[in-house]
Amino acid sequence: MLHLILFLVFGGICVAGAVNLLAQRHPIDSALSLVVVMGSLGVLYLLLGAEFVAAVQVIVYAGAIMVLFVFVIMLVNLDVALQQIQFARKKWVALAVALALAGQVGLMFWSSGKMPGQGLPVLTAAAATSLPPNSETVAHSLFESYLLPFEIASVLLLVAMIGAVVMAKKRT
Amino acid sequence: LTIGWFILVSVIKIALALFILLTAVAYSVWLERKVVGHIQNRWGPTRVGPFGLLQPAADGVKFLFKEDLTPPHVHKVLFTAAPMIAVIFALTSIAVIPVGDSIRVGSFEIPLQIADVNIGLLVVLGITSLGVYGVALAGWSSNNKYSLLGGLRASAQMISYEIALGLSLVGVLIMAGSFSLREIVDAQAGTFWGFIPRWNIFQGQFIAFFIYLTAAYAETNRIPFDLPEAETELVAGYHTEYSAMKFAMFFMAEYANMITVACLASILFLGGWHGWVFGPPLLRSLLPVLWFVLRVIGFLFVYIWVRGTLPRFRYDQLMAFGWKFLLPLAIANLLITALIVALKG
Repeated sequence: MLHLILFLVFGGICVAGAVNLLAQRHPIDSALSLVVVMGSLGVLYLLLGAEFVAAVQVIVYAGAIMVLFVFVIMLVNLDVALQQIQFARKKWVALAVALALAGQVGLMFWSSGKMPGQGLPVLTAAAATSLPPNSETVAHSLFESYLLPFEIASVLLLVAMIGAVVMAKKRT
Repeated sequence: LTIGWFILVSVIKIALALFILLTAVAYSVWLERKVVGHIQNRWGPTRVGPFGLLQPAADGVKFLFKEDLTPPHVHKVLFTAAPMIAVIFALTSIAVIPVGDSIRVGSFEIPLQIADVNIGLLVVLGITSLGVYGVALAGWSSNNKYSLLGGLRASAQMISYEIALGLSLVGVLIMAGSFSLREIVDAQAGTFWGFIPRWNIFQGQFIAFFIYLTAAYAETNRIPFDLPEAETELVAGYHTEYSAMKFAMFFMAEYANMITVACLASILFLGGWHGWVFGPPLLRSLLPVLWFVLRVIGFLFVYIWVRGTLPRFRYDQLMAFGWKFLLPLAIANLLITALIVALKG
């Protein structure tokens, strides 16, 4: 019961933040709406019993990446650029994407009744006390089952980092 | 514990923790003025009450009755929200910090902590990393070049030092094997050869301790890292345009963050509340709290001592120190700790 209430509240905040992100004209307002979305996503992860992912979501996305976003927006004067951008021109593309998305969601709802003996997929989470701590589970799958993909991803990030440094040096 | 009792106990604990934290914030301002006064061969506050002890109350009344100015051409919503964001995140992180073992009331065993979560350390880091928004948005929304520069400096500085801060804590986490602050403290119980306590700082984590303390000073914008509010260059930095209670909120946030840092330093490196315990059961459960509070006050004193002693860094020195010295040192410390723990286990 409490789970449902919390899910509805934070799911609502998440969607409202996402809508506000698109509706605001000023980039700082949009960026802050995105922070709200990231934060409420963190709470949704928490409701699914993934406390480690929730904490990392808040630290990495809301705490680090979005601070950089805000930082860049504060540095760059966007007032001139903003007046030249016309958002309305892309409304046919937006309509098509929205229709495709609605179709996909509708298909999922429609097909869920058709499967034999199945309704909508509902996650049944085990009681939090019966599970090992999240961080340990993540560590085991990251450093045992998926060690190679993990290392490849880290090398890829390193390459991106070195590339950024090289490009920044060329400029000056 | 039934759900009703749980809620009642939690509300009482929250009210107590908030009251104690806010009082501690007020009196660390008093302590700072007193200690810095003596360092500079002055008396500090003496007029209001004995030893100036009622000075915080007088300051509070003054802040409440001052005119609350909102300058023209500011982003009104963010200008009002920024000090709230700063103070909310500064006060929230106390929720997961344990101050002692547990206390027995009737048949209940009540832990001396608002919420015992198994990712306590990550929660503190997450909340403090959100605190940047208060400072950055205050600087941006004020529509003032000094404020903007202060806000930019603050966010750049906090992002830079957060990395070294986080890496310095990983060594402790490897040794304790848990994110839970309570388990980290429990892992430091006992002594070596009967007289050296098994605190992390004596288990080879003194370099991490140094990195943590330095990075935390930078995170809380304290001297020698108080570039965001460098008076000589930026008037008052990000809070130039703020007055009355809004200004006081930034002040409260800064001191609450200092207290959080002091609590974390005691928990992670100095054995939390472990100390000499004797006497009847009630005294046995309250003495650890006293040892913990003494450690925290000690850290606050060091904060003030450093402020009274060191000059401010230049901005390029600040960045070079963070990225070229602290970060490699933290990585080296982490690698060595991991190697030793791996060889032992």
